[in-house]
Amino acid sequence: MTAPRAAAPLGRTLVGLTLLALAAAGISLAFGSAREPTAEILLEIRLPRVVIAALVGAGLATAGALLQALLRNPLADPYILGISGGAALGGIAALALGWSLGVGAFTVPVFAFAGALGATGLLYTIAAAGGRAPGYSLLLTGVVFNAFASSVIVFLTTVVDVGRLAGIFLWLIGSIRLVEPWLIGMVAALLAAGLAVGIHAAYALNLLTLGDEMAQHLGVDVVRVRRRILLATALMIGASVAVSGLVGFVGLVVPHLLRLVIGSDHRLLVPASALLGAAFLMLADTLARTLLQPTELPVGALTALMGGPLFLWLLRRDLARLGA
Amino acid sequence: MSAALLAGRGLGHGYAGRPVLARVDLALAAGELGVVVGPNGAGKTTLVRILSGVLGAETGTVELLGRPLASLSRREIARALAVIPQDFGVPFPFRVRELVAMGRAPHLGPLGRETEADRACVRACLERVGLSEFAEREFATLSGGEKQRVALARAYAQQTGLLLLDEPTAHMDLGHRLHAFENLRAFIAERPAERAVLVVTHDLVLAARFADSVWLLDGGRVAAEGRPETVLTPERIGEVYSVDAEVSHDSGGQLVIVARRSRIRYPASADESHR
Repeated sequence: MTAPRAAAPLGRTLVGLTLLALAAAGISLAFGSAREPTAEILLEIRLPRVVIAALVGAGLATAGALLQALLRNPLADPYILGISGGAALGGIAALALGWSLGVGAFTVPVFAFAGALGATGLLYTIAAAGGRAPGYSLLLTGVVFNAFASSVIVFLTTVVDVGRLAGIFLWLIGSIRLVEPWLIGMVAALLAAGLAVGIHAAYALNLLTLGDEMAQHLGVDVVRVRRRILLATALMIGASVAVSGLVGFVGLVVPHLLRLVIGSDHRLLVPASALLGAAFLMLADTLARTLLQPTELPVGALTALMGGPLFLWLLRRDLARLGA
Repeated sequence: MSAALLAGRGLGHGYAGRPVLARVDLALAAGELGVVVGPNGAGKTTLVRILSGVLGAETGTVELLGRPLASLSRREIARALAVIPQDFGVPFPFRVRELVAMGRAPHLGPLGRETEADRACVRACLERVGLSEFAEREFATLSGGEKQRVALARAYAQQTGLLLLDEPTAHMDLGHRLHAFENLRAFIAERPAERAVLVVTHDLVLAARFADSVWLLDGGRVAAEGRPETVLTPERIGEVYSVDAEVSHDSGGQLVIVARRSRIRYPASADESHR
């Protein structure tokens, strides 16, 4: 973290990362269960899947970067903080209980978003009660909320009829699967909206990392920025979870890697996280599809395998640095 | 007195029912370097937070450039008043230059795009605190005193008429501390009609030497205010800080304050039992 970094010019870095994401998309398209894929397989099976992986990866990584800045905690991640869990709980509840509330096909995504928003609100209420230095109480809140959400989900699985179980389990271990085109379009739109808010607020986030009061001294309307960021992250996480279930640690790994290379300026970090997150999850999903052929691994299991140890290592280093 | 750039009237505040500030009046005139001193827990930091508008006072009003603070947006305040809070942490790896550039924030658009003029201002402010060589260093690798110089550079980069500084030199060595105060004096002297500085410090010697006005806070009240030589008397220092203090003038007419011996005894009862 203390190693000197070369100055990272915005334009060149983003162009480089865009090329990386395109390369990842190419690789992701080229590999799969069919050795010599027909045009049909490429266009109707692989391409949508690659697009979904890119969207989910971008959404989770961007949400992670935004949350880390907002909560002033480099260990924040949608999954660890329980926001993904809240979204999954919302979506699964709608799925299991057969709610529709007149929003028809949008029910599950809408409830996933509501769940994400609820978890975010809860988290922030706890953090605000902790005063100016939320620190580890936030992570603890996430752990507890995750456990709570899991038990509610388990309860739901016991009351639901067997026909719906498979769908629910797909949510619990995040995986990229084919969904209806309209859902892809909706995720893309929500993600674009969230990303736009994130990029617009990126400079204010730089100032917010100095603390709420210091940000105010520098002219930031903290309440407004915080509200926007929380809404944007809930949107992105809700949308991501609605198509992929619980894919963890992308929001932790990606911004962290980027901070090591390009530094902490969120004007660059936020769009860069979107690009690297997209590339990361496309590649992870390619691995998940091809590693144990013909069996397919859920990509959520793969990201957790990579992200879990990284999280523990970061936590240990953090504690060592603080002398705790 | 000329119109005050920053003025608090009847300021009072309490935390959880315990009063920490009561009926504090303070007016900082243009061209003035004011110093707030007082023992731990006297209410100095609460006063800074109220004067900068991040804490709403339970009683009283604050006026910045003659306008009620409550009627101004954060951005308007940030263009008139730069603040260094007592403690500030940076949880992410920012470079010194990036942190000083954040002082330009109140003058930039929402995307924070800096012009060449902004970058020149940042360079000049780094120069002012002697940190030009440190521009690309990561903040976390600096010493406590160097970090405080970064904070000062950022405050200068805000290009405000007013500086409100809470123990800005607490971790600095003797030379840098003196230099920082000389810098503040020079800052005011450049445009005395529109600039003023209010510093909270524990350093009575520097307060006596540099201040135009001193506010001595004790138990949330202003125990004394005025010229350093009228406020910082041996009796008053002795009473407020529980020390045996001597105050004299050196050959150059400077106030010299020496604390001979602490009168703090705790626990008081245990002290008695040893006799």
